[in-house]
Amino acid sequence: MTVTGYAAPLTDMRFVLEHVVDIGALAALAGFEHADPATVIGILEEAGRFFAEQLAPLNRVGDVQHSRRNDDGSVTTPEGFAKAYQRYVDAGWPAVPFPPEYGGGGFPWVVAVAMQEVMTAANMAFSLCPLLTQGAIDMLLHYGSEEQRETYLSKMVTGEWTGTMNLTEPQAGSDVGALTTRAVPADDGSWRVTGQKIFITYGEHDLADNIVHLVLARVPDAPPGTKGISCFIVPKVLVAADGSLGPRNAVECVSIEEKMGINASPTCVMAYDGATGFLVGEANQGMRYMFKMMNTARLSVGLEGLSLGERAYQQAVAYAAERRQGQAPGASAGSAIVDHPDVRRMLLTMRAQIEALRCVAYLTAECMDLAARHPDASVREARQELADLLTPISKGWGTDLGVELTSIAVQVHGGMGYVEETGVAQHYRDIRIAPIYEGTNGIQAIDLVGRKLGLRDGAAVTELLDAIAATAAEAIGAGDDLNVIGIALDGAQHALRQATTWLRQASADGRHDDVLAGATPYLRMAGVVAGGWMLARSALAASAIQGEATFTDEFLAQKTVTARFYATQLLPQAAGLLPAVTAGVEDLAAARF
Amino acid sequence: MNVIVCVKQIPDPAQVGSLDPTDNTLKREGKLILDESDSYGVEMALQLVDTAGGGEVGLVSMAPNDEMSGLRTALAMGAAKAVLVSDAELAGSDALTTAKVLAAAASRLGDIDLIIAGTESSDGYTGTVPEQIAEVLGLPSITFAKSVAIDGGTLRVNRQTEAGYDEVTCPLPAVVSVTAGVVEPRYPSFKGIMAAKSKPVEKVTATDLGVTPVGWAGAGQQIVEVAAAPEREAGEIVEDDGDAHLKIVEFLDKLKVI
Repeated sequence: MTVTGYAAPLTDMRFVLEHVVDIGALAALAGFEHADPATVIGILEEAGRFFAEQLAPLNRVGDVQHSRRNDDGSVTTPEGFAKAYQRYVDAGWPAVPFPPEYGGGGFPWVVAVAMQEVMTAANMAFSLCPLLTQGAIDMLLHYGSEEQRETYLSKMVTGEWTGTMNLTEPQAGSDVGALTTRAVPADDGSWRVTGQKIFITYGEHDLADNIVHLVLARVPDAPPGTKGISCFIVPKVLVAADGSLGPRNAVECVSIEEKMGINASPTCVMAYDGATGFLVGEANQGMRYMFKMMNTARLSVGLEGLSLGERAYQQAVAYAAERRQGQAPGASAGSAIVDHPDVRRMLLTMRAQIEALRCVAYLTAECMDLAARHPDASVREARQELADLLTPISKGWGTDLGVELTSIAVQVHGGMGYVEETGVAQHYRDIRIAPIYEGTNGIQAIDLVGRKLGLRDGAAVTELLDAIAATAAEAIGAGDDLNVIGIALDGAQHALRQATTWLRQASADGRHDDVLAGATPYLRMAGVVAGGWMLARSALAASAIQGEATFTDEFLAQKTVTARFYATQLLPQAAGLLPAVTAGVEDLAAARF
Repeated sequence: MNVIVCVKQIPDPAQVGSLDPTDNTLKREGKLILDESDSYGVEMALQLVDTAGGGEVGLVSMAPNDEMSGLRTALAMGAAKAVLVSDAELAGSDALTTAKVLAAAASRLGDIDLIIAGTESSDGYTGTVPEQIAEVLGLPSITFAKSVAIDGGTLRVNRQTEAGYDEVTCPLPAVVSVTAGVVEPRYPSFKGIMAAKSKPVEKVTATDLGVTPVGWAGAGQQIVEVAAAPEREAGEIVEDDGDAHLKIVEFLDKLKVI
């Protein structure tokens, strides 16, 4: 660990990128030739150093100072944020995964995800600004007109301008269809947008010259609900035909929220008062466009659980090595608490799930890359389905674990963990939003059981289960330490298969309330099993490359230790969740509140 | 304006290093990174070339196993080319041999206006290589530079001293050692990293450079003994009875820091 309290876990990132997912194979695809593993590792090393040295020290500053709204509606970010953002832009990091025609680096999404892991761990509140910009870029790339892309994209890809997503209104949270912001056509082909949006991350700030708001609104005579939602570009500062900045648009930050965490990230109430907007794509298609963007955004939010878990873990390990209390079994004098079995359990529980999360998140991103770039259409389709299945799991399971992992880190610190000075409590507060935003974890679970299990009439999830079973069989066949991992994984896979079959049957029988009742425990179960699957693959890969110089023998041996611990002590949770998945709605319906 | 920077690639100081018990040298088997104390020289060289409005920054480095990670960092910062001397025979080379090797390597990079090095490496700390390079090449040597400017054919250096700094001038070409922390080294940019992939790095051996004998055979020194660093002693606590400031002044005076 460094003085900043965080160093990018480059060795494990590299192991996962090279041996669990396969960035070498991605580099063989047309358009990714420049993304050879050595270059990717080089980028991650330098970006990792930059984020750890420049952003991590600002994490606590941001937590203490908060972003502040001034009387004129402007927002001042904490000390050092504007300079750090400028350096981030100057270094060219925002551009890495985007298309070269808009000034991007054309790297695979899995590389962007790995960079994002580090940036978020260094400073989650800071990372949200680039994250929202990424979502807005993604949307415009897919649905913006040629002219819109030319006007906005290049500046957003460089990070000179940032982006926001304006969905939520006071009465329209998870139920986006209830929104009332209106857009009426103007004579010049643009629109006038009026309404109030809440919870707008980085809706106003002092990091960039312009902010490109993507705003969901209703056009006149739009159908009710989600079918009547349109998406508009509403720039903070209007852009002239030659690309120069013109007058301020009629959009204003009217207040910012006081929150439990991510205090440096301004969460804005935005007022649109006849603001000039430009329709993206076709009217009434906004929800469909949003969903396209949401997959990458949901993966990114899932990643926040990994990032803060990792950062809290590094602090917990360092503290446990330093703090001396009591005498561990067999010790002749006072012990560092890391020597106590229960503390070791906490640390290994963290590490095992962090490594599992990293694999699942990177795998999801790799699926997105293959779905976009693989030359074989059937591979593209299969990978898209797997990405669709894994996305709610990454988001829901990943962010729930984020809360649990940071909580364990507080526990390792004992009373000092509850004291803000150690900084570990901040991670616990910061991550608590992640199970809520970008679709609550309840919504993720409903998405998983309602939409994703039915993909290709259930064949997609069956293929995933078969892939897990195949890894289990491979591990059983590999003998020694791997055998026990394989046996545990196979048992968990059977439980998940049983739960899946039950939900599919309930769905076919029209018992939708039973399906909804089992959604959350099913998502948890799927996450637990996916994690076990990935750690088994890690252990298999580690045993296959034993002796190669890139990784130390100890690093590779620890992969087996971690996977075995997970398989024998955490993975059994999966079977334990089966009764909750298959209980049906009866008790939930009978309960009176 | 062509500036050569001597860059050392060292084991990551964040990892615990270990010594080879057979010869008491630091093990350098794994990945090596750019010595932070050399990143200041790279930054200074880039600024000088920028100010001069032309020319380029070249790098010389001596490292085992064709190790290039640290060189790549310096190339990604903006250096144009490099010579890497990597040769198993070089293991055990002393400071003077290192200086001869680096001097010969620098000569392969064309006309030289200035050679920059850190005052000392972060893993070896002999602190003599820059001056030895100057001697080998017959160039003037200025040490402990805190700022460097070029004025026509003249080098102007503010040279750090215990009391402050000396203003020193000398004709070019020359060898300058720069102290750590005097400039803020830039981070390699994404574009810089991509560009570095195609920058020329010439790999040579000691024999290619005509420097023999090298390694233990050529070393005028050997490491006879290694002792563990003394345990850090408990600090002294000054109770403030109204005269604590005097005790602190006395303490600092004893340390000769004021």
